[in-house]
Amino acid sequence: MTAQVVTVASGKGGVGKTTSVANIAVALASCGKRVTCIDGDIGLRNLDVVLGLENRIVYDLVDVIEGRCRLRQAMIRDKRLPDLYLIPAAQTRDKTAISPSDMVRLCDELRQEVDWIIIDSPAGIERGFKNAIAAADRVLVMTNPEVSAVRDADRVIGLLDAEEKGPAALVINRLDPAMVKRGDMLSVEDVLDLLAIELIGIIPEDENVIVASNRGQPLALDGKSKAGKAFQNIARRLMGEQVPFVALESQNLLQRLLGRK
Amino acid sequence: MDETLSLIQIKGIRDGLLITLDGAAWPELATAFVKNVDERSSFFQGARVALNVGANELRVAELSVMRDQLSERGITLWAVLSESPVTETTAQNLGLATRLSKPHPHDLRETAEALPEDAAKWVKGPLRSGGKVLYDGNVVVIGDVNPGAEIVAGGSVIVWGRLRGVVHAGAQGDEKAVVCALEMVPTQLRIAGEIAVSPKKQSKNQPEVACLKDGQLVAEPWHKLTGR
Repeated sequence: MTAQVVTVASGKGGVGKTTSVANIAVALASCGKRVTCIDGDIGLRNLDVVLGLENRIVYDLVDVIEGRCRLRQAMIRDKRLPDLYLIPAAQTRDKTAISPSDMVRLCDELRQEVDWIIIDSPAGIERGFKNAIAAADRVLVMTNPEVSAVRDADRVIGLLDAEEKGPAALVINRLDPAMVKRGDMLSVEDVLDLLAIELIGIIPEDENVIVASNRGQPLALDGKSKAGKAFQNIARRLMGEQVPFVALESQNLLQRLLGRK
Repeated sequence: MDETLSLIQIKGIRDGLLITLDGAAWPELATAFVKNVDERSSFFQGARVALNVGANELRVAELSVMRDQLSERGITLWAVLSESPVTETTAQNLGLATRLSKPHPHDLRETAEALPEDAAKWVKGPLRSGGKVLYDGNVVVIGDVNPGAEIVAGGSVIVWGRLRGVVHAGAQGDEKAVVCALEMVPTQLRIAGEIAVSPKKQSKNQPEVACLKDGQLVAEPWHKLTGR
């Protein structure tokens, strides 16, 4: 079987790409899939920290591309999940150190060995983004329910269409149902209305995410938290399962309760 | 090599280098050109390049590979000229120019007058943030025009969908130009020389027509205009 390459992109920075890549990868690996995540953010690497693998980096993506090591040597195996690997980004180089065709070659080599390749795209729409999407079979576009993030997601979706990488699937991160209820936050419907693409995940605002990122223990490892559950659901949807949306349910419940008063 | 070299013509222009690749099939031309670039890398290093590909029909896969190959070698591909409409569309989709310089405003006006009144450019929406449509005649968009998208038309603009981006109708001064949309909530609306911003935050959720009345930009609900 050859792997599916999934890239997570957003345009805007800070919307939760890296956290999502870590959690989706963990969730897929927990289901017994062989997963490799690649940090595409050369020069500003983070994925290793979020996954808690920072202290085990010896070789990185650029070392592989430039032939200083074999692919296998740069793949860091996660201790908690033996089927999860990370190829970290180089911290001392920049996005121009690799090219889109390098990424395609690398992923083609990897495809035979794993089931899923998850690529963390850097923010922006320049070289780093182009590198990250070059090999992608599917792209998940990440946004927060705020106007600026949605605007950038819209731009990214347009660029993906132009590069014939569409149709992208949408992940809405950090949704606060209470704020939506008060009319202080864009709702899922507002975002979908504008972006008009398939929705693959809604991740509720959850402060456990920050704690987990700082500790290098992705939430999806146990999946007790709301956000952890949401990431697991994205992984299941990627694998083709039909999973109802968590955040929407809780919103409906809220409406039902209020309706009864 | 000499044979393939004759297929490549290099000319210095104001905006960098104009390279004409013609007279053979694309794969052959592309290979020859990249080889040529590699052989003379110091000459090409850092160059801004416009490619004239003649009648070759290029798809995104081919053109983006060429762009990436050039960018790996420190060359910026900024324009692709072609006789093939397919190639032109591909280039536009990839955000590349398809003309060497912008037409002079005066020329624009002449072409606008030369265009038949019913000339319209069809745009399949949604037109997303960063998308831009520039056309001398009328523009019809089937789908939404999102915030961050821009349409500049010599004539009128019809949006069969929500208009939330920026539209400039009658860009060469035609005050009779109108803008119609199923939902009119533009970031900014311009007709000829007048500029207006959408006064309402919430859309009225009804089709509207914007036009110039006594030098004022006004938008009216379609049902009022038709009396229904």
